[in-house]
Amino acid sequence: MSEGVVRVGEVTDFPPDPVIVAGLRSGDEEVFALLLDEWSRGMLRLARSYVSTAASAEEVVQDTWLAVIRAVGTFEGRSSLRTWVYRILVNTARRRGERESRTIPVSSVGGERPDGARPEGGPEGAALAGEVRALIEKVVGTLPSRQRAVITLRDMEGYGSDEVCEILSISPANQRVLLHRARAAVRDHLAAYYDGIGGP
Amino acid sequence: MNCDEFAELVTAFLDDALDSSSRPLFLDHLACCSACAGLYGGFTATITALGELPAPGLSPQTRSRLMTAFQKLRDEV
Repeated sequence: MSEGVVRVGEVTDFPPDPVIVAGLRSGDEEVFALLLDEWSRGMLRLARSYVSTAASAEEVVQDTWLAVIRAVGTFEGRSSLRTWVYRILVNTARRRGERESRTIPVSSVGGERPDGARPEGGPEGAALAGEVRALIEKVVGTLPSRQRAVITLRDMEGYGSDEVCEILSISPANQRVLLHRARAAVRDHLAAYYDGIGGP
Repeated sequence: MNCDEFAELVTAFLDDALDSSSRPLFLDHLACCSACAGLYGGFTATITALGELPAPGLSPQTRSRLMTAFQKLRDEV
């Protein structure tokens, strides 16, 4: 991605970290609401890389925010606030994912796709877009969690590689390998799909 | 550079992470191999499509539970 292109997940007029942190510490509800609404979507997606259901991901995000409001007094600014919050999220989600893998039968994992429903009727283009979207979500849902986490942050949320490496505690080279494998998997499925329907 | 090597380097190229010796080889291959140009287009289309996926937010219940927790914590301090 070239620099200067604003992608999904980036907000240019978002207040700087010191303003946000001061707001959280002083109990400013508007600041907390702004953060909740700005970051929770991405956090839910990332949590979904590690846990098996959307409900479980929602609990991970809730627990993360509770940890954040309790611990924001100790935030030292050695990373950005967003990276700090996402690192708490990743730790919370990983712990929960490990617990789930010990208690949930493998056969029940990954079957849930309420958001992948195929649209009925409507213009052909919209139906096609819906099918493609459902296919991409399905493929992303089958990726190994490390690949899924990287492609979620990089391509779905639009975060830069440095921040993703910091959030996931991985090297730039490793991050690139995981991202490339994940993209290749999605691309392969899309290519097979378009071959099947004779386009685009 | 052959096609297999090209395919492995697409993400590195897009991240501007190719070294100065690989980058011109990558671009030469892209210019003269239509199969790899198609593959490259597939990657960029995939990235665009991933960026356009809808993202559901928190449920209203969870959101209001968190706002309440935040208010309670402030009132305790």
